Amino acid sequence: MLKLLKTIVSRPSGAIGLGLTVFHILMALCAPWIAPFDPTAQNADAILIAPSAQHWMGTDTLGRDVFSRVLHGGRLAIAVTFSAAVLATLWGGFAGIFFGTVGGRVDEYSMRIVDAFLSMPWLLFLLLIISIGGAGPVTIIPTLGFFYGVAVLRVIRGAAMQVAARDFVTAAKARGEALWPILSREMFPNLSDILLVEGAMRWSWMLLAFSSLSFLGFGATPPTPDWGLMVAQERGLLSTAPWGVFWPCVALSSLIIGINLLADAVGKALGLDRATAIAV
Amino acid sequence: MTKPLIKIDDLSLGFTARDGRQAPILRGVSLELRAGETLGIVGESGSGKSTVALAMMGYLKSGLSVFRGNAFFDGHDMFSLPEKERARLRGSSIALIPQNAGQALTPTLKIGQQIDEALRLHTDLDASARAGRVIELLSRVRLPSPEDMALRYPHELSGGQQQRAAVAMALAGNAKALLLDEPTTGLDVTTQAHILEFLRHLAQEMGVAMIYVSHDLGVIARVADRVAVMYAGQLAEEGPTREVLRAPQHPYTRGLLASIPRLGEPGIPASMPGVPPAVGSELTACAFADRCDQVRPECRQSVPALLETPHGRVRCLFSNDPGQPRETTIRDPQIKDARALTLDQVAISYSKIGWFDRLIGKKDPTPTVERATFGLKKGETLGLVGESGSGKSTILRAIAGLVGTQDGSVTLSDGESLAAPVNGRDRETLRRVQMIFQNADASLNPRQTIGEILATPLRLYFGLKGDDARKRAEDLLEAVRLPARYLDRFPGQLSGGEKQRVGVARAFAANPEVTLCDEVTSALDVSVQAAALALLTRLQKENGSSYIFVSHDLAVVRAVSDRVAVLYQGRICEIGPSAQVYAPPYHPYTSTLMGAVLEPDPDTAPALLANDMTEKSPPAKGCPFQRCCPRHMGDVCDTEVPPARDLGTGHLIHCHMLPEQLVRSADTSVDQVPEEAAENAMA
Amino acid sequence: MIALIFRRFGFAAFTIAFVSVVMFAAVEALPGNVCTSFLQRFAQGPRLERCIEQQGLDRPALVRYGEWVAGAAKGDFGYSLKKRKPINELIWERFRNTALLGGIAALLAIPLAIFLGIVAGVRRDRPADLTLSSAAMLAMTIPEFVTATALIYIFAVTLQWFPAVTIVSPGASLAQMLPNIVLPVIVLSAVLVAHIMRMMRASVIDVMASDYVQMARLKGVPERQIIRKHVVPNAMIPALNVIALTIAWLLAGVVVVEKVFNYPGLGTLMIQAIYDRDLPMVQAIALIFSVIYVGVNLLADLAALALDPRLRRKGH
Repeated sequence: MLKLLKTIVSRPSGAIGLGLTVFHILMALCAPWIAPFDPTAQNADAILIAPSAQHWMGTDTLGRDVFSRVLHGGRLAIAVTFSAAVLATLWGGFAGIFFGTVGGRVDEYSMRIVDAFLSMPWLLFLLLIISIGGAGPVTIIPTLGFFYGVAVLRVIRGAAMQVAARDFVTAAKARGEALWPILSREMFPNLSDILLVEGAMRWSWMLLAFSSLSFLGFGATPPTPDWGLMVAQERGLLSTAPWGVFWPCVALSSLIIGINLLADAVGKALGLDRATAIAV
Repeated sequence: MTKPLIKIDDLSLGFTARDGRQAPILRGVSLELRAGETLGIVGESGSGKSTVALAMMGYLKSGLSVFRGNAFFDGHDMFSLPEKERARLRGSSIALIPQNAGQALTPTLKIGQQIDEALRLHTDLDASARAGRVIELLSRVRLPSPEDMALRYPHELSGGQQQRAAVAMALAGNAKALLLDEPTTGLDVTTQAHILEFLRHLAQEMGVAMIYVSHDLGVIARVADRVAVMYAGQLAEEGPTREVLRAPQHPYTRGLLASIPRLGEPGIPASMPGVPPAVGSELTACAFADRCDQVRPECRQSVPALLETPHGRVRCLFSNDPGQPRETTIRDPQIKDARALTLDQVAISYSKIGWFDRLIGKKDPTPTVERATFGLKKGETLGLVGESGSGKSTILRAIAGLVGTQDGSVTLSDGESLAAPVNGRDRETLRRVQMIFQNADASLNPRQTIGEILATPLRLYFGLKGDDARKRAEDLLEAVRLPARYLDRFPGQLSGGEKQRVGVARAFAANPEVTLCDEVTSALDVSVQAAALALLTRLQKENGSSYIFVSHDLAVVRAVSDRVAVLYQGRICEIGPSAQVYAPPYHPYTSTLMGAVLEPDPDTAPALLANDMTEKSPPAKGCPFQRCCPRHMGDVCDTEVPPARDLGTGHLIHCHMLPEQLVRSADTSVDQVPEEAAENAMA
Repeated sequence: MIALIFRRFGFAAFTIAFVSVVMFAAVEALPGNVCTSFLQRFAQGPRLERCIEQQGLDRPALVRYGEWVAGAAKGDFGYSLKKRKPINELIWERFRNTALLGGIAALLAIPLAIFLGIVAGVRRDRPADLTLSSAAMLAMTIPEFVTATALIYIFAVTLQWFPAVTIVSPGASLAQMLPNIVLPVIVLSAVLVAHIMRMMRASVIDVMASDYVQMARLKGVPERQIIRKHVVPNAMIPALNVIALTIAWLLAGVVVVEKVFNYPGLGTLMIQAIYDRDLPMVQAIALIFSVIYVGVNLLADLAALALDPRLRRKGH
């Protein structure tokens, strides 16, 4: 574990990725204690103040402190997308290993369905579901988790098929092992690395998707401080008060880049070639 | 004395680590080759034999760099030549014929286009002249219907045909030298023999020099005028093929020759202990010192120089000392009368057609394996031998329960049926049949320690856990001669031979009655193979297990088997005690197979009996060998299943011809059969 | 060969059928129905009855699904609840605008991305590759609305070269649209280029390490010709699949980009429909996007078939 960490940090991109990710998670966790102002407190006397000693990143149209809002702005996004990423990794990983190991007709027919799901522009589907079930974590987490899980399933199944074709799995079958020990003892340990990296990568894409949803008005709801929502709200004043847009953009982008770099670095450190399995 | 065509002078090359340390692959290799001569370069994996051959073309695989020395081709210094000049020489004057032609031909270009590309680069011919030349080259390499071949994509050719197409491409530029990097490795023995004969003729006919790289001394013996033996990136010995093979000077060459099983000699060949030094490691002593049975203190003081001998060169301080003769160990198996396993009229089919195809009136394809009948006594070894597609591994997988049988019965000693696949067998039945796999690397889970790997069958079959399991695992390692500290290692930390020992130990953890060995030594170097064969033999004697030993290598099968079955297209051609199967009268297929075997002896020549062709599926009726049989008798062979003719002591030959007839003409061989006709007949 | 093409078409048809079922079922599964969802607290009395009658909600789901699909096949998507007009009258011009935006972005991005991918792959780990790869990384990870906002700030607010938002009256001609699509096309293309380029680069690197490229070198083929004849066709085959999948990003991205630039396309129409809870409209647009997407995938499959002789194997 320590060795892995060392290998990750040995590359500049890995160090940056790890640094950014850890930084953002810490900020999100400690925001209530660090933030100088209440992120939702409006102040009619301090509307659209440029960055100053008191308001480091200025204030927005409602006189809220941008710095405090940026600090809080990742909390919902990180929580929602992380839960969805875990969900996607768990179900996609399990199903992928299962189908890759079992093979045959079951696998063949299931993959037709999976391909059909992959052939749906998922964001549109998400929008459809939101228009039915309403916005909010309750609809977004399972939907993101499900659709990104399909992609995880595809990747993991491909890797699992290669593992399943190797003789130690054949040996386990010939020995008369039941399906579960084969999945958990023979298959999973050889796929956990790929799954980890895959999950991290999906997480960064989900963050991107969730922010886009917020931006469109289907993710976080006002007055919740959220980066995507903040950009949408302050965009009209881009020419006069760019700080209200600039800082949330920086925060969001740096977190996504950080997770992405970290996932790449972990993959490289674990000796995986992720090149062929980019976001689907 | 003519100037050498190729001259490698004190060449060292390898990887350079980030901290500037050099990890050499080649350590000061010097070689010369004259026009029209054939040089064989032989060595085991990691010896640097392919690297030295590619260096002759001035080619380095990525990451490698030259530390010292030069490579001259026809007077040009290949490593200092500008890239353009080098490119011009490559393919025109010196051409490569790769190991795996299937992967060396660009999949999206037709064969004709790829040859044409070489012609356009290296000749001045116009388009129509080139088109004619393409056809000419394809017929020169004896490919059937060359006009059609030129329009095919690489994947539409068989393995042997791809190799020939690669040769045609190499010949396109009128090369003075051909570089052959294991060109027949991975091909069936009969195909290999045909390609080698063809290459020999080609070299003589066109007067080209050849560098032939191989791990197989039998192949080298057949094609090379001189041979260079590589060990750990150095030349161990170099000289005329006959002298090197007849009177090897280096203990490594002697050991290598002694470890090769021979067709005519039953018994386990002498093995060589240890493993070669790791690629790129630093050498301070003779590289072979740790494995040498004649080692003396002087050997460890410095790296010995390459010394001139009357015929060639050798890197050994004591080459005059012939050492102890190494002898083969004759097996004395303890065979009981009781049967351990019985197969009766077994048929196996991989592909069953779907309900839709059945509805439109398609019939089930001919089964992959049919009429497999044999018995295996307790403590006995039955060898299954045949080429790719012979069904030998399929039979093994059916016994192991990995594929289901379609027809017939498979029973253990007490009548317990093995007809059901794995999930229909109870634990005790599963325990009694164990399998050892071809590729030890793939058969051990890289994420489990050796201890965990061995504990799995112990827990599953005997309910052993914790210390009991560990104690038993230690015993098992002891039995395969591995130290107990290996229990905590991962497979990645073991050498190929050691991994195979773990595979053997895992099978024996179940204390099986029948052990299925699937090409268990074919991924190992010869020097390691002998030790693995000896180990299996010893364990059999200790445990009384019965073996089914599958291999494509006739000599290996001969070495370890009491009885042998020869398979072709999933049908048994001949079965009986080894001594009888390996002596006339032969089934026509057996004699074809035996004839194609190459012995590491320059004075033997293979007899090419049947045509070189690849059959994709067995014929629907009649004899499985009907389409290639040199002794084809007529309609009866095509329509009737051949009768099993009993020659006594359980020696059965499945042939329409009478045994007397088979004996009579056993020694008349067809040297060159028109191959075009044969390949045209291919499905 | 014919059979293979037939199979690909069959799968595309299956996918569209599957997607339509899922979309229809998703709406069916919601508590209440299209009308209650639209009318919210006014969902009662004659208003609800009129709506139910207009939408034909009193008939069984299976019949309605059949009519929906049959109608969609003829270009009739039913009635918009909000606009009280047939949907097909409302979407045609929007469809044209979106097709213009997406089409130009794809036409620019795909060839450019393939070219850059080849350059980066061939010059692996050298400055050109590092620059391109880092740029691609940024383009992939930064959300479209951020890129778009940045571009608006630079080119529309500061430099004032292009309009920040699309201001055209309905029924604007293509020529009137053009200046408005420059920035949206750039934003969309950036993401597309990044994804396809990364895949192409990986694929080129794979092929460059293959035996047949080594063989071509040893045959004396000049490097340029190796890349053109041996590397590119083979590297394209796996990349095609990803290009098709990236179109999903394009389609999703279209929605965001249209919103940012207030572009009168299907995306903005869909978002408005979601705000309005106009489910028939949302369904119709989602279905149109899916059909486009499946069509693109089909094209990629057919292109792979044309490029790869191994796929054309008889009887496979």
